[in-house]
Amino acid sequence: MIVSYEIPLLLLVLVTAGGAILVKDLMSSVLLLGSYSFFLSLVWAWLGAVDVAFVEAVVGAGLATVLFLLTLFGTNPKDTRLRRPPPSLATLIIFPLFGVLLLYAASDLPQYGDPNSPASVHISPTYLEQSYQDNHTPNVVTSVLMDYRSLDTMVETVVIFAAGIACALLLRRHT
Amino acid sequence: MIRPHDSIIVQTLGRFLIPVVQIFGLYVLFFGQYGPGGGFVGGVILGTSMILSVLIFGHDASRSQMVKKVLHVDGVGMLIYAGVGGLCMIGGGEFLNYANLEIPGLETASRRSLGIMLTQIGVAVDVAVTVVSIVFSLSAEEIIEDSING
Repeated sequence: MIVSYEIPLLLLVLVTAGGAILVKDLMSSVLLLGSYSFFLSLVWAWLGAVDVAFVEAVVGAGLATVLFLLTLFGTNPKDTRLRRPPPSLATLIIFPLFGVLLLYAASDLPQYGDPNSPASVHISPTYLEQSYQDNHTPNVVTSVLMDYRSLDTMVETVVIFAAGIACALLLRRHT
Repeated sequence: MIRPHDSIIVQTLGRFLIPVVQIFGLYVLFFGQYGPGGGFVGGVILGTSMILSVLIFGHDASRSQMVKKVLHVDGVGMLIYAGVGGLCMIGGGEFLNYANLEIPGLETASRRSLGIMLTQIGVAVDVAVTVVSIVFSLSAEEIIEDSING
């Protein structure tokens, strides 16, 4: 397979993620985080997860940036400039070790798109085959989210609702 | 408190763009059964269009009064979602088993399809209202006064 745009895409994800951490100004950090989300949504689309890419682009790159910016506008300007202390010795030792451990574990993962991997032999084939007969919904993702796993989605909606209520209770004291 | 934006370019473009964004949000919401999209994304896009109108025209503009009215339907999305589940129970089945929705003249698969659409509308309403509510909470003037006064 000819690698044309995947490597630059992953590099852009890495560079924007690193930049969002390292940059001195919080405003630049927020904007870099938004572009990071956008590149990450391109990665999701490349992997074939179009619904996730859509959510990442809308929520990560759009909404979260707006919320971060509104929070920054409510903050004192001198608080948005960061003086970062240098990382401690434990951080410098433990995090590379953790990364090596994750890479070691990743070698046991099944190949991408392997039909015999555990994720694609358990119940996914049933969903893929039965979905259209069951509920006339061509998009299997929606059918799983809203029909087969409907209770989970309802509790997720409760979580979003609770987040809105908590924000209103914490931030709107006088109104 | 968000003041209206001065630039006539921003105002004109906003007046033009907001309906387009809203139509796109509705398209994403109702097309979620046939392609990428769905209740969550559609709700976020609808909420974002309302945030855009608040950011451009300010808190006190007549357009923003409509957005403030939207805040009163907080919780209606949850009610729609759980209400569909309750209707399924009234129809004699399990909670959120759309096959038991009591609608005459529809076969089982079409009932399930209808149930998916109704719950997606519920999710979209819930998410849109929550997004607008969080933005209103964050941009209230009292926060800044509180942080200054300690």
